[in-house]
Amino acid sequence: MIARILAIAATELRIARRNLWVLTASLIMMLFALALTFAGAAPTGALGVDLLTVSVASMTTLSVYLAPLLALMMAFDAIAGEVERGGLALILTYPVSRGEVLLGKFLAHLSALAFAMTLGFGTAGAAAALTGGAGSESLLALARLIGTSILLGGAFLALGYLVSALAGSATAAAGLAAGLWLLFVVLYDLSLLGAIVFDDGGFFTRNIFPWLLALNPADAFRLWNVSGAEGVALATGMTGAADALPAWVAPASLMLWPPLALFMARGAFGRVEP
Amino acid sequence: MTENTASNASVLVVDKLCKSHGATEVLHEVSLKLRPGERVALLGHNGAGKTTLMKQILGLSTPNAGEITIAGARPGSDAARKAVAYLPEAVAFHRALTGREQLSLFARLVGEPRKVVAPLLERVGLADAADRRIGTWSKGMRQRLGLAQVLLGRPQVALLDEPASGLDPISRHELYSIIDEMAAQGTALLISSHALTEVEARTDRIAILRKGELVADDTLARLSKRAGLPIRLKLTAKNNDASELHAELGGQRVNGASVELFCQPDEKMERLARIAALGDLVADFEMSPPSLEDLYRRFSGEQQP
Repeated sequence: MIARILAIAATELRIARRNLWVLTASLIMMLFALALTFAGAAPTGALGVDLLTVSVASMTTLSVYLAPLLALMMAFDAIAGEVERGGLALILTYPVSRGEVLLGKFLAHLSALAFAMTLGFGTAGAAAALTGGAGSESLLALARLIGTSILLGGAFLALGYLVSALAGSATAAAGLAAGLWLLFVVLYDLSLLGAIVFDDGGFFTRNIFPWLLALNPADAFRLWNVSGAEGVALATGMTGAADALPAWVAPASLMLWPPLALFMARGAFGRVEP
Repeated sequence: MTENTASNASVLVVDKLCKSHGATEVLHEVSLKLRPGERVALLGHNGAGKTTLMKQILGLSTPNAGEITIAGARPGSDAARKAVAYLPEAVAFHRALTGREQLSLFARLVGEPRKVVAPLLERVGLADAADRRIGTWSKGMRQRLGLAQVLLGRPQVALLDEPASGLDPISRHELYSIIDEMAAQGTALLISSHALTEVEARTDRIAILRKGELVADDTLARLSKRAGLPIRLKLTAKNNDASELHAELGGQRVNGASVELFCQPDEKMERLARIAALGDLVADFEMSPPSLEDLYRRFSGEQQP
């Protein structure tokens, strides 16, 4: 079983490398991270934290948008596209299960994402540390940022497979993936924000809102990074919601999303007739 | 009891298979058996249900009724997948991979060592192109790579969906030899096609699907007999005057000098004797048996056979 998963993963990784996915993703991550690090250099003095801390704070905001986007772009074609090309019908006549195919693809795509994240954030972090100094706390924050970004990417890879299995065609899957990104990253926060304004500091804001926030993987990612480092929290101004929750909630949410979404994707994949 | 032994000998058994897509019935009570080493052509128009039948056998799609057994296992089970090989109608491999990489993946999935890949590529004439990306290949080359993966791991049953499409005459010839070779090794082959041509005529048995129903399943010779298609005889008269010939034998006059006759296969010899008795009157004689196309049209067409 492991051998078959690895065989699929090796092939998928080769494909991702050949069609320049890994390179493109790494370049995008690196450019944005570097730009944010140096554009965000101004508030260091005012907040009394080192440049790396500010950089990690900016990159956290960046990753909330970029990690799900990159992951969905890699994943939407995985099932619907293969069905369209006819490749899935052939591979599924081999002694390999749908779960193994899915896990193989996940492993390859996650590795590609991890590589891009580590390279992008790592380069920007190194640049920030060299020019503006870094402490052990800010280095830990950087490591946390990279790790949680990979988890966030993993959650959206699996969600991408889910829509890819549900959609009838690759084009429809691309549309659904775009909708998914908009929903999780933009609309969810906006509607919560609207509810808070309406509630005006009442029961909802104090007791329900933080939990709803942690339910969304993108927000759980933000909460985890914010509550993990005081400096990052200061720089993002997101301390309120993070303090209202027990410390385990956001990490638990972010860690549960990838396996849960994969499980759902496997269920939807099972109903696909190639 | 006899029924049981017969089904035990068959490596692929399809029994009263029904499949519907929504309200339309694509397959209706299709039953088919293949023994090891048997080559069976599965004929039918586009949409007759050939590919659907193959997908049920492969376990890619679940039938509404009926049963399939491959090498004693359910379709889609690990044992069945190990026993079966498939060549899809439109083989789509990943453009970014080379032929060698694609075939190596399949070899790893069936648990074959890496060293089987190169000889297989050689066997289908792809040794030179093996390390180029499949995206740069012609359709015929991709078809041949599809054939190479069918040869992997000596399957007990091979399903070839329109294997001759996109192949030039030379590759077609290689296709026959690969099919024969596999059959000789004991692989049962089901080869689908939308026409009855040389490839299908060289199989052991011909099964014809019409609108999801199996309307024929027999050898070519017996099918020809059952169809009762007439043999065409054409006689050219001496001195370019067919009137005497026409008076003797009847039939249809063609441009004054020839006569055309149709007869059933079983009266062929009797007719020949009568023609021979005419001696000098006949300058030339031509006999054409019903063509494969005539035969196929007889069974796959609208009229009942």
